[in-house]
Amino acid sequence: MTAAIKATGLRKSFGDKVVLDGIDLYVPRGTIFALLGPNGAGKTTTVRILTTLIDADAGRVEVAGHDLAADPDGVRAAIGVTGQFSAVDDKLTGRENLILMADLNHLGRTRGRRRADELLDRFDLREAAGKLAGTYSGGMRRRLDLAMTLVGDPQVIFLDEPTTGLDPRSRRTMWQSIEDLVAGGVTVLLTTQYLDEADRLADQIAVLDRGRLVAQGSAQELKRRVPGGHIRLRFADTTALGRAAHVLDDAVAEDADLTLRVPGDGSVQALRDLLDRLDATGLRPEELQVHTPDLDDVFLALTGRTDTPQETSR
Amino acid sequence: MSTLSYAASDSATMLRRNLRHAIRYPSLTLSVAGMPLIFLLLFVYVFGGAMGAGIGGLGGGRTQYLSYITPGIVLMTLASGSITTSVAVCVDMTGGIIDRFRTMAISRASLLTGHVIGSVITTMFSTALVLGVAVALGFRPDAGPLEWVAAAGVLTMVTFALTWLSVAFGVFAKSPESASNLPLPLSLLPMMGSGFVPTGSMPSGLRWFAEYQPFTPMIETLRGLLTGTAIGHSAAVSAAWSAGIALVGYAWAKTRFNRARTH
Repeated sequence: MTAAIKATGLRKSFGDKVVLDGIDLYVPRGTIFALLGPNGAGKTTTVRILTTLIDADAGRVEVAGHDLAADPDGVRAAIGVTGQFSAVDDKLTGRENLILMADLNHLGRTRGRRRADELLDRFDLREAAGKLAGTYSGGMRRRLDLAMTLVGDPQVIFLDEPTTGLDPRSRRTMWQSIEDLVAGGVTVLLTTQYLDEADRLADQIAVLDRGRLVAQGSAQELKRRVPGGHIRLRFADTTALGRAAHVLDDAVAEDADLTLRVPGDGSVQALRDLLDRLDATGLRPEELQVHTPDLDDVFLALTGRTDTPQETSR
Repeated sequence: MSTLSYAASDSATMLRRNLRHAIRYPSLTLSVAGMPLIFLLLFVYVFGGAMGAGIGGLGGGRTQYLSYITPGIVLMTLASGSITTSVAVCVDMTGGIIDRFRTMAISRASLLTGHVIGSVITTMFSTALVLGVAVALGFRPDAGPLEWVAAAGVLTMVTFALTWLSVAFGVFAKSPESASNLPLPLSLLPMMGSGFVPTGSMPSGLRWFAEYQPFTPMIETLRGLLTGTAIGHSAAVSAAWSAGIALVGYAWAKTRFNRARTH
C-alpha cells in the first residue's frame, strides 16, 4: 500500500508566528483524510504547502509519489485543489470555465468538451452551463469549483473547508460528491471545522491545534477520547446545586453559573434515569439541556482548553 | 509535447480567456478610447482654432491642429489601455483563481503572457477606433503603405512595452483600485511632451522634461510617419525607450509574480 501523501516534520512560520510546528501526515491511497481544527490552527497553511502554493521552512513531503521540493510540477500534475475562496472565472460561463481547465490540462478539443459536458451533468449544472459563473449561487459555485478541479482526473484532491458557508442541503450534496470521488479511487484530503463532517466523510482524522497534531485516528478512535455527551442542569441556588451534586456523584458542579454537568449519552433512557434520581430527592432543576459532543468537546478533551483560538489575519 | 510547446499552448489558452472577457465586456475596450476621444474633441473644437493659429509653422487653423494633435492622442490611448491591463491582472492575482492556476502543471508565465498579448490586441482595437474618429473629423494622414506598416509597428512596440509595465503594476498592486491608479500618470505624459504643443513653447524646466521623456520621441516618430514631419533620431530613441520599459516591466512583473508564492 503506497501513500498518497506522506509528510514529515513540516514547519512553517510567518515572521515570528509559528503556524506549523512539526507536522507528520500519512494518507493511504483511496482514502479520505480530514484535518480537523479551529480557525487559525494551521489547516489552510498545511494545504497550501502540500499543494505547492507556499514553501515549508522545513520538512519532507511526497504527494502521489513525487517529491514536493524536487518535482513540484509532478505534484501539480497529480493533484486537484479546491481552495476556500472561489476559484472560478466569474466572467466565463460554467461550461467555458470547464473548457478552460480542459485546455490547460491539454485534453484536446474533442476530449475536453466531452469531459466538460460530463462534469456539467455529474454536478447538476447542465441547465446553468451557459450562464456566467458570476451569477451562480453559493452552492452552484462550489460545485463548479469542484468540477473544475476534477477536469484533469487528479489522483489526490485537496479540499479546503469544502462546505463552509453552504446551506444544509448544498452541504449534503457536497458530501455526496466527495464520497463519490473516493469510490472512483482517488484520495481526498479535506480540512474542516466540523466534527460531524469529518465523522461522516473521513477514514482518518487528524486534529490540528496551534500548528501541532494533537490527535490522529478514525472517527471512532477519536470519539473514545472525547467525553461523550452530557446533560446540563441549572439550579436556583447553591444549596440545591450542592445537594444535587451530592446525589449525582459522577457530575461536575460549575458553581459560577449554578449548573451541574452530568455525563450521559443523551439517550431517552439515560435522561429518564437522571430525572428519576432527581425526583427521589425532591430537587427541581430550573433548566435542562442535552449536549452532544462537538469540536469544543474534542478540544477540551485533547488540549484541556475550551477556547478555540480565532484566526489571526496574515 | 515539449515544455516549450506547452508554454505556447497554455499562453494561447490564457489569451483566448482574455479575449473572451474583452468580447463579453466590450465597454472596457471602448472606455480605453473614451478619455483620449474626449481630449481629442475638446482640444480640436474648443482650443483647436486658437492653438492652430498660435503654433508656429502650422500655418493656423483647426484642421492643422487636428493633424498635429492626433499622434499625441493615439499615444494617450496606448497609455490608457494600460489601466485596463493592470486592473485585469490585479483581479486575477487577488482572486481565488490564481491559486488554481498555480496548483496546475501549466507554464507559469502563461497567465501573464496571455494578458500581455490580449492587451496588445484590444489596445490596438481602441487605437484604430481613435484614429478612425480623427479621420472622420478631417485628419488626412499622407502616409503611404510602407509608412502605415511602420506606424503600426511603432504602436505595437510601444503598446507591448507599456503593457509589460502595467502587468507589473497589476501584480504589484494590493487591490484593483490601486491597480487602476498606478498607470494613470502614463496617460497624462503625452500632454507633458510634444503631444499637444511643441516643446519649444514650454518654460525651460518643463521643456527639458518634455524633450527627454519617453513619449515625446514616440509621438514625433508617429507624427513623422503619418504627416511627414522630420523624425530624426526619434525612432531609435523610441525603440530604446520601449525596450527599456518592456524589460523593466517584465523583470518587475516576473519577480513579483514568483515572490507571491512564499506567503
